[in-house]
Amino acid sequence: MTAPLTEQAGSRLGGHDPAVRLDAVSKMYGQGRAGLLALDNVALDVAPGEFVCLLGASGCGKSTLLSLVAGLDAPSAGRIDVDRDRVALMFQEPALFPWLTVSANVEMALRAKGVARKERRSRAAEFLEIVHLGGFGGKRPHELSGGMRQRVALARALAQDADVLLMDEPFGALDAMTRDLLHDELERIWRERNLAVLFVTHNVREAVRLGDRVVLLSSRPGRVVEDFAVTLPRPRRTDSAEVARQAAEITDRLRQEVMRHGR
Amino acid sequence: MAVDTHARQIAGLDALELTTKQRTSLAKRVWAAAWPVASAIAIVLAAWQLVVLAGWWPEYVFAGPLTTLADLGNRLGEAEFYQAVLVTMRRAVVGFALAIAVGLVVGALVSRIRPLRRAVGSLITGLQTMPSIAWFPLAILLFGLSESAILFVVVLGAAPSVANGLIAGVDYTPPILLRAGHMLGFRRLSLYRHVILPASLPSFLAGLKQGWAFAWRSLMAGELLVIIANRPSLGEQLHFARELADSAGLLATMIVILVIGILIDRLFGAADGALRRRWGLHQVTN
Repeated sequence: MTAPLTEQAGSRLGGHDPAVRLDAVSKMYGQGRAGLLALDNVALDVAPGEFVCLLGASGCGKSTLLSLVAGLDAPSAGRIDVDRDRVALMFQEPALFPWLTVSANVEMALRAKGVARKERRSRAAEFLEIVHLGGFGGKRPHELSGGMRQRVALARALAQDADVLLMDEPFGALDAMTRDLLHDELERIWRERNLAVLFVTHNVREAVRLGDRVVLLSSRPGRVVEDFAVTLPRPRRTDSAEVARQAAEITDRLRQEVMRHGR
Repeated sequence: MAVDTHARQIAGLDALELTTKQRTSLAKRVWAAAWPVASAIAIVLAAWQLVVLAGWWPEYVFAGPLTTLADLGNRLGEAEFYQAVLVTMRRAVVGFALAIAVGLVVGALVSRIRPLRRAVGSLITGLQTMPSIAWFPLAILLFGLSESAILFVVVLGAAPSVANGLIAGVDYTPPILLRAGHMLGFRRLSLYRHVILPASLPSFLAGLKQGWAFAWRSLMAGELLVIIANRPSLGEQLHFARELADSAGLLATMIVILVIGILIDRLFGAADGALRRRWGLHQVTN
């Protein structure tokens, strides 16, 4: 797939070193014959400011790949180039600390960096404002809805002042309407802050809605099957005909991949 | 314009999804809590009176509820009673505080240091199952009939529960929170301080509650065995009531011991409830 990139995406991609580079990365769980090859020889670049969606069926090692980039796990072979101090990760669950208020949860990102208490408070308020939760700093996580909690998690990730945002099916557990709104939110924040985003999903439309590129992984072991460029103009809508058309194309390819395992 | 409608949609969804709290009136809540307790007490008193009426034991061996409650009422008017309660409670508080300190240090070390865990992890649980009264002969040999002997056993009785509560809390810290803490940049000690310790609070509180029960039992055993002259205590009163065949006094003292135990357990229950509400762990109750 070598569809021409839009001018905007092109300028973001132009000339820089990649924000994330995976070079011949493999990940093996266990040893020898009983071992499971989760990722096999994966090469992938994410440019600064680029939005890349990782797509695949179950068992393609999407989450493993994110863990490796985040440094929560080490690859069995290959190289990963990324500035670990500049990486934030969002999980499928909000993973907020239940003993802290919403504001204090966001402040945790600043506390780890040694920011003074007073400044922590005001900066946390700014980040909550960005995700439209300005008035909710004093609440406890359990008092918020799932979508709101996930936005707190996003505010916390943003507070880390990262260049690279890793997202592991962050909207998977949300209802469709909330998810649509969060797509718009994420897109706005991604543009404003010029983040490199590596977004894992199994939802093809979500991938086409958000990504500059959609990278399709095969299952068991995970390999890069195809790298689709999405050149539709932004902002896109998940229910638009253009998104549906490109999603159908990618879904076909995904089906072929899944069928290989049926025998 | 688009941004504005967008923000308003989000605000609308947020407002719809927020849970509204329903508060019942104070009188209703007090009544709901009080009537089962009141009925239970009434049933126990009735059963007690029935046993006395059956006449299996003479009245001077097994006093009835009326005589006992009258005796209890008299005691409540005497200075000596409060002195005894004060001595006992002081021992309980000092012993339990020491037990918390010891339990915290041991629990923190054992949960952090793997070889130490293998060495003494099961020993702590073993200590917990050992009846505290079995320690008294040794304690009396070591410290004589003294306050120290009582404290020694109270601490040994309660500290393992406190330590185990902390260790269990550390062990069962949700992995997702560990990963989140790690991603935020917390490592080793700072991860322990900012994520693992707070996460283990509910389990630690459960350990405290259990530790208190053990401390209270150990203390009563201790006060029965270690009687110090001119220092009245609840255990001592129990002892002398038996010596003097004062059945009503004995039962009255037992009621006091029971009530104090229940009250302090309730205190821990309230702390646990407050924690659960703050964390959103509470079940939906009617």
